[in-house]
Amino acid sequence: MSEQLDAGLIAERIAESDQLGEPSGAHEVGRARRRKEDARLVTGRTTWTDNIQLPGMLYMAFLRSPMAHARITRVDTSAARARPGVVAVYSGRDLAGEQGSLPCAWPVTDDIVIPDHPPMAVEEVRYAGEAVACVVATDRYKAADALEAIEVDYEPLDAVVDMTEALAEGSPLVHESGNRAFTWKFAGGDIDAAFRDAPVVIERTYVQQRLIPTAMEPRAVVATTDGDGFTLYSATQIPHVLRVMLALTTGIPEHKLRVVAPDVGGGFGSKLQVTAEEVLSLLVTRRLGKPVKWTESRSEGNLTVHHGRDQLQRISLAAERDGRVRGVRVDLLADMGAYLMLVTPGIPLLGAFMYNGIYKIDAYDFTCTGVFTTKMPTDAYRGAGRPEATFAIERAVDELAHELGLDPVEVRRRNWITHQEFPYDTICGLTYDSGNYEAATEKALALFGYDKLRAEQSDRRDRRDPVQLGIGVSTYTEMCGLAPSRVLGSLSYGAGGWEHASVRMLPTGKVEVVTGTSPHGQGHETAWSQIVADALGVPFGDVAVLHGDTAISHKGMDTYGSRSLVVGGVAVLAACEKVKDKARRIAAHMLEASADDIEFSAGSFTVRGTAEGRTIQELALATFAAHDLPDGVEPGLDADATFDPDNFSFPHGTHLCAVEVDTETGACAIRSYVAVDDVGSVVNPLIVEGQVHGGIAQGIGQALFEEAVHDTEGNLLTTTMADYLIPTAADLPDFTTDRTETPATSNPLGVKGVGEAGTIASTPAVVNAIVDALRPYGVHDVRMPCTPERIWRVVSEAGPPASGSGARAGAASAEAPAGTSAEAPASAPGTASAPGSRSGSDSGSGSGSASTRAPGSGEATSSSEGGAR
Amino acid sequence: MIPAAFDYIRPASLEEACRVLAEADAAGDDVKVLAGGQSLLPLLRLRLAYPAALVDLGRLPEPRGVEDRGDHVFVGALTTHDEVLRSGVVREQVPLLALATATVADPAVRHRGTFGGSMVHADPAGDLPAVALALDCVFVVRSSEGEREVPAAEFFVDYLESALGPGEVLLGVRVPKLGPGWGFHYEKFHRTAQAWAIVGVAAAVRREGGTIGEARIALTNMGPTPVRARATEAALRGLSPAPTGDGDGARDQVRDACGQADSGTSPPADLHAKPDYRRHLARVLTYRAVRAASG
Repeated sequence: MSEQLDAGLIAERIAESDQLGEPSGAHEVGRARRRKEDARLVTGRTTWTDNIQLPGMLYMAFLRSPMAHARITRVDTSAARARPGVVAVYSGRDLAGEQGSLPCAWPVTDDIVIPDHPPMAVEEVRYAGEAVACVVATDRYKAADALEAIEVDYEPLDAVVDMTEALAEGSPLVHESGNRAFTWKFAGGDIDAAFRDAPVVIERTYVQQRLIPTAMEPRAVVATTDGDGFTLYSATQIPHVLRVMLALTTGIPEHKLRVVAPDVGGGFGSKLQVTAEEVLSLLVTRRLGKPVKWTESRSEGNLTVHHGRDQLQRISLAAERDGRVRGVRVDLLADMGAYLMLVTPGIPLLGAFMYNGIYKIDAYDFTCTGVFTTKMPTDAYRGAGRPEATFAIERAVDELAHELGLDPVEVRRRNWITHQEFPYDTICGLTYDSGNYEAATEKALALFGYDKLRAEQSDRRDRRDPVQLGIGVSTYTEMCGLAPSRVLGSLSYGAGGWEHASVRMLPTGKVEVVTGTSPHGQGHETAWSQIVADALGVPFGDVAVLHGDTAISHKGMDTYGSRSLVVGGVAVLAACEKVKDKARRIAAHMLEASADDIEFSAGSFTVRGTAEGRTIQELALATFAAHDLPDGVEPGLDADATFDPDNFSFPHGTHLCAVEVDTETGACAIRSYVAVDDVGSVVNPLIVEGQVHGGIAQGIGQALFEEAVHDTEGNLLTTTMADYLIPTAADLPDFTTDRTETPATSNPLGVKGVGEAGTIASTPAVVNAIVDALRPYGVHDVRMPCTPERIWRVVSEAGPPASGSGARAGAASAEAPAGTSAEAPASAPGTASAPGSRSGSDSGSGSGSASTRAPGSGEATSSSEGGAR
Repeated sequence: MIPAAFDYIRPASLEEACRVLAEADAAGDDVKVLAGGQSLLPLLRLRLAYPAALVDLGRLPEPRGVEDRGDHVFVGALTTHDEVLRSGVVREQVPLLALATATVADPAVRHRGTFGGSMVHADPAGDLPAVALALDCVFVVRSSEGEREVPAAEFFVDYLESALGPGEVLLGVRVPKLGPGWGFHYEKFHRTAQAWAIVGVAAAVRREGGTIGEARIALTNMGPTPVRARATEAALRGLSPAPTGDGDGARDQVRDACGQADSGTSPPADLHAKPDYRRHLARVLTYRAVRAASG
């Protein structure tokens, strides 16, 4: 058994198995290499932050507010201080003079309100779970026990839970400055013209429920000091950004602060943050001069890891009768929670440029208002703004298809950018460099058996089968590869979007790569090795990739936003090119040839037309010895490169989902799922496959299972995984995945990024399928997550199905769009409304209304039966 | 989360365990019996329970295992769910127990969690209490005073409360073999594979000629304890369960009978379901369970 736990042996076996069936000398890029980092991860031989033990280490535990909103009138820590093993107890007041304010790096407007955000609450708590005191003790058990001895008096204040109510006159205030953080507007084209006399207008309101990121590894922090400098180990995605921000927040000079992200077990954006616990750990270490550790429990994490999504989306499409979309209008409320954290206000803006999807539209109008509530702040979560945008446009396009009696694929076809039209300048001001939506869609339809499933659907509708079949389509693109620094500047972001890499040729011919990306599950060590192996002609196994420690990798922008390969991988390639240029000069010198006559192939530099040459390993050794270098050439082949992309990259794809909805119970089962993604050129198909699978699973999680639920007092009810449900393998179907490869033109690798694609595409595919199944019942929305209870209520309120496959208009149903109270019977029959107005269901049902009107009549007419079928 | 401090006692025998429990009771100490820990440990870690001591029976050699005793199968309290599932005797003689046990949580929990622990925990959302109730199992309870028997109908007293008295431990459960002519089904409705049942239905149906001779139906998570659907049981007697074409009267009668499945229940409200939905599910799922058990 011990053999099975030997990481080295497993690594060897993985490497051996990779050789099988692979011709030697094959290009590494494009090979389905198994990940070289996995052996140490799966055998537990690696270092996670919580594994770190330092001499004299103390343990921290936080007392957290049991109320969403209250004034702190008294904190008495004296009894806790007397508990055994307790070294120190601090309240917010104890630390008020030095704790500063947690940073927000994205002031999206000039007049944005960025409230002071003390890492530990001093006078007021604004969400349940906010830290109000901490205990430092000799072990974590004593620390946890002593928390119960701290006395805190609270004077309750009104909770602010619902965004719409928060903006209403007379609402209780989260901050004295008001509940509106900012309003950000963006527009292109003539939106009034697009909606004026539009033959069809679709108006819908969608709820992007609040999600809890749920990385496998909980957050953990270790802080230590030698009396002069400080080291912070943290389960973070962003060691480099964190170092800068912590230096600015704590006053510890940047050069005296080292930040280390050891192996990190997932983040999904939740570890793209500067957390209160990171700051407080450093402060406590500075006070006590001893190392301290804090590791959150899952329940603590559900409360205090930043949440994701939580938007109320009003989307309107103006379209022609043939289905061509003229314009899109979006009015968004985005729940910031109680404070603005690192990139909180910027998340909805990342979606602002994506509501046009893959479609050609003439006009666009976007408004987003950030709203304060007494809840945990929101921030980046896998896809960050783009899943929300894709959901809204893909749901609305399906509604348009239904309204017009057209096949949803056909409506997309009539609107999408064709492959001949790239590069394409979108109404949002982006340039989509490449893509082939037709090819991906055709492939997906064929794999899915679309026509056959439609026939079965029709049959079930005719039979009034209690188990109805629904088919969901989602065609998406996303902006990846964050980001061109100048674009970030134009959006008021506080930093750039470049990435750094160093390639070091060691004397023995081995290679060390230092990357500024910070993998936490993405497999960069494998993929970067593949890139380097091809670029330098060295064996895959001769490359080591170093990351995640600011003392080793001094410069970087870290990992999020599907940026690592597209920006960081390209930086690695650029550094390799510099190594090669230098090696070429040295080879020319040694071979007494002109550098122009030196050819490079498979790791050897040879004189053109001869067999005479030097391998890169020989050159590495010769350069190390430095006995005979050309004039002006420094010893060493090492090179650095920093890559700042000119453009984003735009992965795209077509996802198709078939669900069976049991109308008697509301149960919904995914029967088949096909994903055809175009992520450009592929470095490692196995890693891409893994990202797609995980992404789809996470998107299905939002569609069917996940929701952070608060009661009317603002207490989080989903603090455990018994209440916050995430899907496991047992709850998911087999995914059929395939790819088309349209290389990105914006980088030399032709890559586009794949970290978020599955999550962005899958949520609307699943919900579209559920709604499609329920069309005969007159249903046009089910609020996410589409739980059995919600589906059952929607169906039972809608009444018996219309016969045949024709869908019935009217009686849509969904519950109140936000808030936690009512699963009240929805009312809102599908009333027609004048284009542009927000009457009818917006006020209560959360779904919306479709309106059709006879061209030129100016009068709203009922939309029953849509168009010709 | 980290539990509050507690004493830990690991008795060497069941007799010693009973003695320890009796002494603790006499001293007024709040002690809890630990077996597989799959329900108790989360309560401790969330600090929802603060026992002064845990009495760990988990490593005792007995009562453990499954035994065929003629008219019934005896399942020792410390038998893990996984051992129950692997038992040929259970699968062949008391298949309803196997069907329900297969739906308990996930493989990791089933390897640790015990049959007896699930019963004594008396969680109405647990799958096994409804099985015990449907089959009219008999609970064998041991204390320093000796043994006593408690019928399933009296064992589940209230939410998380069994009939075990101070100083008592569960020795095991007699699961009656119902004999030929009986069919079984456990219909569990939950949102993810590992999640508790929103509603579960344990059904045993005896065919008599072409009709239902007897039906025993117990519901999971429809009240503070598992509950028998007595009205439906009575209404089903004598009905033809045979699946025939649409509009067949006999078939509709079974559905009508199952429409009373929620009568006398008091289903809870939680994040996954409100009471009216649970009532609806109980009716639909009972129909499905009865059809499957009588098919």
